[in-house]
Amino acid sequence: MSKYLILIYQDEAVTRQAEGESISANYQEFMERRGASLISGAALHPSSTATSIRRDGAGGFVVTDGPFAESKETLGGYYLVEAADLDEALQIGKEVPAGVGVEVWPVRVVS
Amino acid sequence: MARAAGSEVAAAVAHAHRREWAFVLAATVRVAGDIDAAEEAVQDAYASALSTWGGNGIPSNPGAWLTVTARRRALDMRRRAATAQRALPKLLGREDDDGGFTDGDDIPDDRLRLIFTCCHPALPFEARVALTLRLLCGLSTAEVARAFLVPEATMAARITRAKKKITAAHIPYRVPSADELHERVDGVLSVVYLVYTTGHTAPSGADLMRRDLAERGVELARLLRELLPADPDVAGLLALVLLTEARRDARVDGNRDLVLLENQDRSKWDRHAVTEGVALLREALASRPPGRFALMAAIAAVHDESGSWSGTDWQEILGLYDLLMERWPSPVVRLNRAIALGFAVGPSEGLAELDALGAEPQLARYPYLAAARGDFLVRLGRPDEARVAFEEALILTDNEAEQRFLRARLSGLAG
Repeated sequence: MSKYLILIYQDEAVTRQAEGESISANYQEFMERRGASLISGAALHPSSTATSIRRDGAGGFVVTDGPFAESKETLGGYYLVEAADLDEALQIGKEVPAGVGVEVWPVRVVS
Repeated sequence: MARAAGSEVAAAVAHAHRREWAFVLAATVRVAGDIDAAEEAVQDAYASALSTWGGNGIPSNPGAWLTVTARRRALDMRRRAATAQRALPKLLGREDDDGGFTDGDDIPDDRLRLIFTCCHPALPFEARVALTLRLLCGLSTAEVARAFLVPEATMAARITRAKKKITAAHIPYRVPSADELHERVDGVLSVVYLVYTTGHTAPSGADLMRRDLAERGVELARLLRELLPADPDVAGLLALVLLTEARRDARVDGNRDLVLLENQDRSKWDRHAVTEGVALLREALASRPPGRFALMAAIAAVHDESGSWSGTDWQEILGLYDLLMERWPSPVVRLNRAIALGFAVGPSEGLAELDALGAEPQLARYPYLAAARGDFLVRLGRPDEARVAFEEALILTDNEAEQRFLRARLSGLAG
């Protein structure tokens, strides 16, 4: 089995709107169906609430408001899943009721 | 087994390289657990064939001999890697270790698995093509680079990246399940079709065709047919490449100049290929609705079975393009339909349809739109506009045979 990080992208406007609401029925349904594969997951606040910390190369940090990359599609949440292979992970990814879509990243095994 | 002469051995190894590479490699990946390691083991097996077949004689089943040798080698490498406490590559972590196998009759045919791994949709399309040529056809990285006219270092990086993704993301070494098989087969067919078309009309270079690459495309289509004999789309693709390849020897003249379909010596067409292609086409068309490759093959068959250019059934061809437009509405199909319309109805109708395609961004760098416009403008007696069109086409093509052809058409306008 391998681990994959599924990053959920959605429209920034939708994220802002959904804030404060309880978890939607379609996510509830997805998590019940795929419960056996889900290791963890979380929903995020809008990107306007994120803070970036970049190393300045001189031992210090530059702290800025917002994510590294500003775009219309923003990270809305994630799942860490366990799957037999990429095909299974992609199948799980397709079932996530994401607004825009998801990215599926293999997680490195560090020994 | 009797001793064999050096030249005989070299010929037998070369033959086995062309015929058995995919089989040997596919069967070795299972044991090696990793494509890179499998490739190394298979290369070693071929080298060992060169050095031992002379003394021991050429085995009766070279493919089985090479597979057994490569698998032993892969197993040795794997044991050594395990001893060295290195992390084992896990492409096949779930498979049983069947490295103890020795009997040549029991070798599983893993070539389909290898094809689906090479053509996995999670890999960039160009990498799928490169991996297919490298792992299924046994081409070296340098040969693959030459086929697509990119520097060898670029191609090597492309192949390395793709292999890394296969390992890191655990792209499975498996034939897809029934519910996704159709879509995945279509992806494989696109890769094979690209290999064939790149050889059929080379995007650049001195010659119209790259025959070796076209032959590889035909071989890959035949391999798929052997492995998926009941799939109508596979039958359609093999029909298409055979019915197209049948005209090969008539497509260029003694000066390696391009000869249009209109002017080809039809006695040079390969009737055996046409017969085989038509039989496959019947099979492909039996499934409803017919796939895009079957429809393109049907169009090729109308030309192949027509005794002359003037006797071509353009209404039939136009009808087939209409069906193809429903199945696969791409600008290139629309362009070809416009040309068929020009011959079925009249050049001004064809030209009007071509002009409507002028704004298609996908065709902006496509030389055949301008070339087809030029041809219809000549037929309509508008040489000045034809000149502009041919000059545009000349700028857009990098194939020297096509450039010579277009220059000839331009000088033909002078009089």
